[in-house]
Amino acid sequence: MTQQTEPAEPVVEMRGISITFPGVKALDGVDFRMFPGEVHSLMGENGAGKSTLIKAMTGVYGIDAGTITLAGEQVSFSGPAQAQAAGISTVYQEVNLLPNLSVAENIMLGREPRRFGAIDWRAMRRRSAELLAGLGLDLDPGSLLGDHSLAVQQLVAIARAIDVNAKVLILDEPTSSLDADEVAELFRVIRSLKAQGVAILFVSHFLDQVYEICDRLTVLRNGQLVGEYLIEELLRIDLVQKMIGKELTALEDLEQRAHAATIDETDAAAFVSASQLGRRGAINPADLPIAAGEVVGLAGLLGSGRTELARLLGGIDRADTGELTIRGETVKLRTPRQAISKRIAFSSENRRDEGVVGDLTVRDNIVLALQADRGWFRPIPKKKQDELAQSYIQALNIRPGNPDALVRNLSGGNQQKVLLARWLAIAPRLLILDEPTRGIDIGAKAEIQKLVFNLAENGMSVLFISAELEEVLRLSHRVVVLRDRHVVADLENDGLTVDSLLALIADGRVASDDEALEELRELPGRAAPAPAASVTPDQTEGGRR
Amino acid sequence: MSVLARIVSSRLFWPVVMLLILFAINLVAFPGFFTITVRDGQLFGSLVDILRNGAPTLIIAVGMTLVIATRGIDLSVGAVAAISGAVACSIILGSPEPGNLATVAVAVSVALLISLLLGVWNGVLVAVLGIQPIIATLILMTAGRGVAMLITEGQILTVNSPPFKFLGSGFWLGVPIAVIIAAVVFGVAALVTRRTALGMFIESVGINPEASRQAGVRARGLLFAVYTFCALCAAIAGLILTANTAAADANNTGLFIELDAILAVVIGGTSLAGGRYSLLGTLVGALVIQTLVTTVYTVGIPPIATMVFKAAVVTVVCLLQSPTTAEAFSGFRRRLAVRAGKGIAAS
Amino acid sequence: MTELLDAPSRPDRRAPRPPRGPAGTGPSGSGGNPLARFGRAALSVLTSPKYGPVTVTAILFVAVFVIGGIRYRGFFSGQVFLNLLVDNSYLIVLAVGMTFVILTGGIDLSVGAVVALSGMIAASLLQTGWSPGVVIPLILVLTSVLGLLVGLMIHVFKVQPFIATLAAMFLARGLCYVISQSSISITEPTFVQLAVSRIPLGAGMSITPSVIIALVVVAIAVWVLHGTRFGRTVYAIGGGEQSGLLMGLPVARTKVLVYTISGFCSGLAGVLFTFYTLSGYPLTAIGTELDAIAAVVIGGTLLTGGYGFVLGSVLGVLVLGVIQTIITFEGTLSSWWTKIFIGALLLVFIILQKVLTARRR
Repeated sequence: MTQQTEPAEPVVEMRGISITFPGVKALDGVDFRMFPGEVHSLMGENGAGKSTLIKAMTGVYGIDAGTITLAGEQVSFSGPAQAQAAGISTVYQEVNLLPNLSVAENIMLGREPRRFGAIDWRAMRRRSAELLAGLGLDLDPGSLLGDHSLAVQQLVAIARAIDVNAKVLILDEPTSSLDADEVAELFRVIRSLKAQGVAILFVSHFLDQVYEICDRLTVLRNGQLVGEYLIEELLRIDLVQKMIGKELTALEDLEQRAHAATIDETDAAAFVSASQLGRRGAINPADLPIAAGEVVGLAGLLGSGRTELARLLGGIDRADTGELTIRGETVKLRTPRQAISKRIAFSSENRRDEGVVGDLTVRDNIVLALQADRGWFRPIPKKKQDELAQSYIQALNIRPGNPDALVRNLSGGNQQKVLLARWLAIAPRLLILDEPTRGIDIGAKAEIQKLVFNLAENGMSVLFISAELEEVLRLSHRVVVLRDRHVVADLENDGLTVDSLLALIADGRVASDDEALEELRELPGRAAPAPAASVTPDQTEGGRR
Repeated sequence: MSVLARIVSSRLFWPVVMLLILFAINLVAFPGFFTITVRDGQLFGSLVDILRNGAPTLIIAVGMTLVIATRGIDLSVGAVAAISGAVACSIILGSPEPGNLATVAVAVSVALLISLLLGVWNGVLVAVLGIQPIIATLILMTAGRGVAMLITEGQILTVNSPPFKFLGSGFWLGVPIAVIIAAVVFGVAALVTRRTALGMFIESVGINPEASRQAGVRARGLLFAVYTFCALCAAIAGLILTANTAAADANNTGLFIELDAILAVVIGGTSLAGGRYSLLGTLVGALVIQTLVTTVYTVGIPPIATMVFKAAVVTVVCLLQSPTTAEAFSGFRRRLAVRAGKGIAAS
Repeated sequence: MTELLDAPSRPDRRAPRPPRGPAGTGPSGSGGNPLARFGRAALSVLTSPKYGPVTVTAILFVAVFVIGGIRYRGFFSGQVFLNLLVDNSYLIVLAVGMTFVILTGGIDLSVGAVVALSGMIAASLLQTGWSPGVVIPLILVLTSVLGLLVGLMIHVFKVQPFIATLAAMFLARGLCYVISQSSISITEPTFVQLAVSRIPLGAGMSITPSVIIALVVVAIAVWVLHGTRFGRTVYAIGGGEQSGLLMGLPVARTKVLVYTISGFCSGLAGVLFTFYTLSGYPLTAIGTELDAIAAVVIGGTLLTGGYGFVLGSVLGVLVLGVIQTIITFEGTLSSWWTKIFIGALLLVFIILQKVLTARRR
């Protein structure tokens, strides 16, 4: 593999790329390059700038600064069609194909072979059959795309992408809805393309898959480049650390240890308890007891199942296995409404789409859940609404402090506080906070952390999800670690460190076991756990086809 | 923000301006436009006519406003109006004493009850089966006229019943009954949605359905309520229209009224994309439409050509609401600001 | 506490889906007797969003026709079938235009009013002595331009198709009244000739020139939708506009063109309608847009776009026609039953569409 460390020339080279959106610097001077015949991975958590970088490369976004070089020539694309013509093709996470048309059409649409102005269907079928065969797929080109599984649709999308003799193929979260066999099939195709000299960008949040298929990776964090690494030279634990980063904020030192002792051991018989709660394709059956007054942190990467598990507890999605007990009583949560009536509040990570109602006022947003729980016929009197709104505006320091302001005009941090106020207004016994501090300024972040701390002091149970491990450690009594949709650890926050959590997130090993950790550090990243996955693809194997 | 800026940025600003322009045109063409006279203790005048003739549209537009606020639309209101008129007239005709108040009361109640059923029908299609509102209500729009004709057996049912006629052309304390009914419907809708939490829920569901669901708002019941209320409004309007001519015409009662109602809502500043609604805006919108009709008539254009003007109004309103226009405007304003800035720098 | 030395390499261990693996596409069932195999094949056709509704419609048409043949004397004849085409040739043309629009996921409410408008233009211009050779092309150009404007309003200004075509409907209806408020009859010889002439097909059966025109329109539409890039882009937009854009298809141009085509078809349908009625009348063809939409939907085109055939829409028109004919033959059933039947059919087909597409998700 040494010949791959210094391949000839990068096929794509991006230098000093910056993109600014209103109020946010999405990319800040990022360098990125891809080599022919290599699988490259772009890693980073939410908001790291992965998708922005991809969109910059494919011409969806214009860049504010920097240069893009493709095969030695500087380029500037005004749209995905241009990028595709130049040899950069993208297969998106949600298959962007047309289920109502045939496989052949999905491959050839827009560049169908024509005869006398009309589509030459026979040539089209033949050409697409050849392409599919080239990928080792035995598909009837005339069949309807929608009749095939998502995995096959994904492969058809790849067939479409490489038909425009792609130099660069971008696969954005291609495996997120595939099962193991389907992933294996996809990897076979990727290897064969790699052998043909295509540069492949593989974006996935499954670490095992990244370590199985990739040669090189680039890590981004908060719109900045962390570094480019060869996969053999970067341990998983180091990768995770680079992705998550160190907490930069100087927050007041919350004395969590003393606080931990305040939980009454006799009441620890779990206020809420999930046993084998799971949902197909989202989270494997998991146990999760939460005591009154306890803060439980969920740690894991994006897509590890942390949000999915929380959604089941909040009644947002229905569980299809397992059961949930609240104070020993088994309940089935079918709707968020039922959860709310049990005093469980779920605050979504997706503030804009699932959280605040942008065109309503701050006051309406704060009282919404409480009012919904009371029913439409028992309106909260205007005076009471104003009191509620005012008290939360003050308690949470919401700016501007005008209850009649429309929420969509507030900053992200203040929107988050409004959302928190909505949930606090129903006086929850369990408050589920999914990434409440993401994308908000440091001041608001500190305020929210302090709030969580105080709420727990007063006996509220909190399920706290954050990508920032320091934050999780600072606030939680217990930390539950998820990885690849499994709960891999449930630990008292007693001597836990960021490093031990990182190890769990990276490899699912018990962190406190120093020996295991040492062993892990010695292992080359690639040969990590699953034996089947450790087969190193190389040129000769890929060249079989 | 200055007072002026606040007035201009209000959603009611453009509809009210439109109404005032129409009034001005009328005043020029017909100086006695604003004169209201009392004859036999009853009010007469162009303004009274506008209110009276605009009442059915306004009533339906009130129901339509709530439906549109939930991101829906109800195309079946015209058909529902025809059905309710047909039901009432056939009951009155079938009774031995058509002039009896009790007969009329029964007829009206039955007509309204049936409209509730029709509203529930739309509600089931939209809220339970999840069919797009425009398509779901298209079914009743098509079949409803047939049902109305079935009830009238294809005839125009002319009734001779003073109490029923009173609904359409009567006066109470000098004010036309139709106007009073419209005012009551408007008032009830405003009170019920704004004094309870209904209005907030409707807007919330219209703006962000998923966030509303997670906040525990039950969209299904809400959709049932608004479609049922809208059908009820349509039935009331249908009764007024039928009573006005004392005849149920399954083909023509409430023909195109759904379009007028939607137009009134849109002119009133409620977006077809759902969300925040303004009943007051709808009132102004309905007045604009009716005044337009009257104006066209006063100015001496064949009244039937009003549709051309309506087309113009819809187009202008839609183009003004369009995001493309908004972008173009803001770009223009930015350029203007830049130029102004340069001007200051230069001077 | 945790012990995961054999950490699973992949998160989701759903059971593999044998019938739809990457390797095999068709139904994998190889065993079973021929009857069962036929049953499975038939079922897969019926439950496909592409072929299901149109198959149901075809069966329905045949069934209604057979029932009519059994119940009424003289129903089961070639001429009764041909009369379906003769009486509905304008509706076939309208439905063709509507099919293009609905395939993209749009809707056109203006077609009925445009039919009336083109009838009015024809009648009034012919009355003042214009030649049909000028009048007909003029009408087709005018209605196409109207469609083009609607398309631009929808695409450039992002106005919902429903509202934009509603404005066009108001405009067209209003213009009818501007031209004349009463019926204008047509006495121009060419038009009269076209209206009364029959083309014999032998065995005592005949059709009108309008039928020929309608069938030519259908043939062209079938070719355009199936065989040209434009046609496939129409389907692509219905399947997913965003995907179409990402695939680099000319979405904007196609969308505008689709409404232009619908405008053209409405104009042509209006001309055919005047051949049929020999007059122009502002109140004519009210609600025809609903008939056209119903025909398209019953003909198996999904209202959300992406699935459907022009021939299906023709079949839809024939179903509407045969219901009308049955009601006429029945004698005791009044004509309003037609509307109720159409409404009921619409309901059935919309729910069928809903079920078929929901199953796919």
